[in-house]
Amino acid sequence: MTPHVLTRSLDRSATVFLLIVAGLGVLIPLSNLLLPAGSMFQVPTYLVALFGKYVCYAILALSIDLIWGYCGILSLGHGAFFALGGYAMGMYLMRQIGSRGVYGNPILPDFMVFLNYPKLPWYWHGFDMFWFAALMVLVVPGLLAFCFGWLAFRSRVTGVYLSIITQAMTYALLLAFFRNDFGFGGNNGLTDFKDILGFNVQADGTRAALFILSCLALIIAFLICRAVVTSKLGKVLIAVRDAESRTRFLGYRVESYKLFVFTLSACMAGVAGALYVPQVGIINPGEFAPGNSIEAVIWVAVGGRGTLIGAALGAIVVNYAKTVFTSGPLAPYWLFMLGALFILVTLLLPKGIIGTFNAWYEPWSAKRANAESAAREDGVSEPNPAE
Amino acid sequence: MNVMDTRKTSALLYLDGVHVSFDGFHAINNLSLALEPGEMRAIIGPNGAGKTTMMDIITGKTKPDEGVVLFDGITDLTRLDETRIAELGIGRKFQKPTVFESQSIEDNLLLALNVDHSVKGTLFWRGSKPEAERIERVLETIRLKDSRSKLAGSLSHGQKQWLEIGMLLAQDPKLLLVDEPVAGMTDVETHQTAELLKEINKDKTIMVVEHDMTFVRELGVKVTCLHEGTVLAEGTIDQVSQNDRVVEVYLGR
Repeated sequence: MTPHVLTRSLDRSATVFLLIVAGLGVLIPLSNLLLPAGSMFQVPTYLVALFGKYVCYAILALSIDLIWGYCGILSLGHGAFFALGGYAMGMYLMRQIGSRGVYGNPILPDFMVFLNYPKLPWYWHGFDMFWFAALMVLVVPGLLAFCFGWLAFRSRVTGVYLSIITQAMTYALLLAFFRNDFGFGGNNGLTDFKDILGFNVQADGTRAALFILSCLALIIAFLICRAVVTSKLGKVLIAVRDAESRTRFLGYRVESYKLFVFTLSACMAGVAGALYVPQVGIINPGEFAPGNSIEAVIWVAVGGRGTLIGAALGAIVVNYAKTVFTSGPLAPYWLFMLGALFILVTLLLPKGIIGTFNAWYEPWSAKRANAESAAREDGVSEPNPAE
Repeated sequence: MNVMDTRKTSALLYLDGVHVSFDGFHAINNLSLALEPGEMRAIIGPNGAGKTTMMDIITGKTKPDEGVVLFDGITDLTRLDETRIAELGIGRKFQKPTVFESQSIEDNLLLALNVDHSVKGTLFWRGSKPEAERIERVLETIRLKDSRSKLAGSLSHGQKQWLEIGMLLAQDPKLLLVDEPVAGMTDVETHQTAELLKEINKDKTIMVVEHDMTFVRELGVKVTCLHEGTVLAEGTIDQVSQNDRVVEVYLGR
């Protein structure tokens, strides 16, 4: 079973992609830790954290591509699952602060002392244990996606209507998390983290380890997505995307397929958020902003919808551009550029970067492969023409 | 004896007193129809006669306002959804050929095979020899063996029609609902399609909706003419085409 899935999922471009991610995942932390500071090839710590952030965004983009590119579900609220995963991790990091907080309360995080919480709310229990928080990183977004999807897909909400209610979902969560009495630090969110599993979150070694873990998570998420889309289930997903009612008439329970892939995708987004929070050092309700979710969809569109690699690439390219432009004199115009980018990609590269590359490269490589296999067949059939 | 008690009719498909209206428009009006097992029935009728709506009702896409729709004499189709009805063994070919354009011909047939359609079953699916052989047989029947790995979207209109019939065969239903199978086909293709349907009819029940009278004549089966959502005439093609009311409906008053 295992080799079968692996050979099926790993075509040439997937292998190249994984090797690049693994290579960067090793080289960047090594250069940061081993080379002397100031050396030309030394990657400064702030860049390691920045790249780590990009990798988390790439995982989020993969999760969107899985449902949008392959099943036609355009979620404009996927940032909600990312943020929920982030909050679950943030809660663990808050509990790790312990009595080192400003108010020195061993149990209550600072904001709870400040807001006169008499005791820890019930839903904060358990988050002092890493394994529990890690489980919640998957369970909370997954459960929300499952309930949301169960209601939406069973009532056959599709297309733009589904997109709108996903926006409403993330907006509702944004408003809820802004409230001080909701118990998640309100407007300020969760921050001032000290350590994770006993390691200082600010330390170079921890940053490097988080970067390596993010790359590993990207690799695993990519492999899961590939295994799903290259299975027969992947063919059903594409069938649902292209002709949903036809798929029903063939006897497929379309809502079950959508629910499965939507929940899987939300869990992946949650993991991305959980890895993101210790690297940026804060999680606040701003992560639920509808604009964030829309931006993530743009990454996928730019990189190439339905290609997986394109989604990851798009996330990194657009965010790198964002970093470059928002730190220079063009900063006030970034949103205009992002909008222009989306329009230009839609008009000029409707298949995105990777999709356009494939359209150009595949006929060429197929021709070559055909020529090769024809040559091989000639060689085989000659000695035994009777067959 | 016992079987006769539970079965309400010997017909494979039984419609009685079916009504459907959309915003006051009576698309189907007191429609009653019965298909015996193994029968092939041609349905004709002018545009708007309710042919496609009738298929929507049988396949669960549209729920009738009133009336009885029974499959195999026992199953009330009005209570079931599309997926469940497909699982029972009712396959449908659409008026506009609907194939999965971005997937290969082979994959289209693979998706249509009536094997485990659950999420788990497809996620851990591994091809088996009998499945491959069935696909092979269907490819042969619909004459697309040489272009098996071509994308379905690249096929001509007529070939798409055949691929969709092939998908029906892969689905292996008890009852096939075939909506305008020869629209856009050449005379030769039309003739081949008639032969194919007759071949399929040897062990399946078929309901075929078609405008092409040459084709219906070639099928040589019982014809039902619909008009304004109700049965206008029933009989052989000659009886129906000589029926005064049918002539009136087709030619206008």
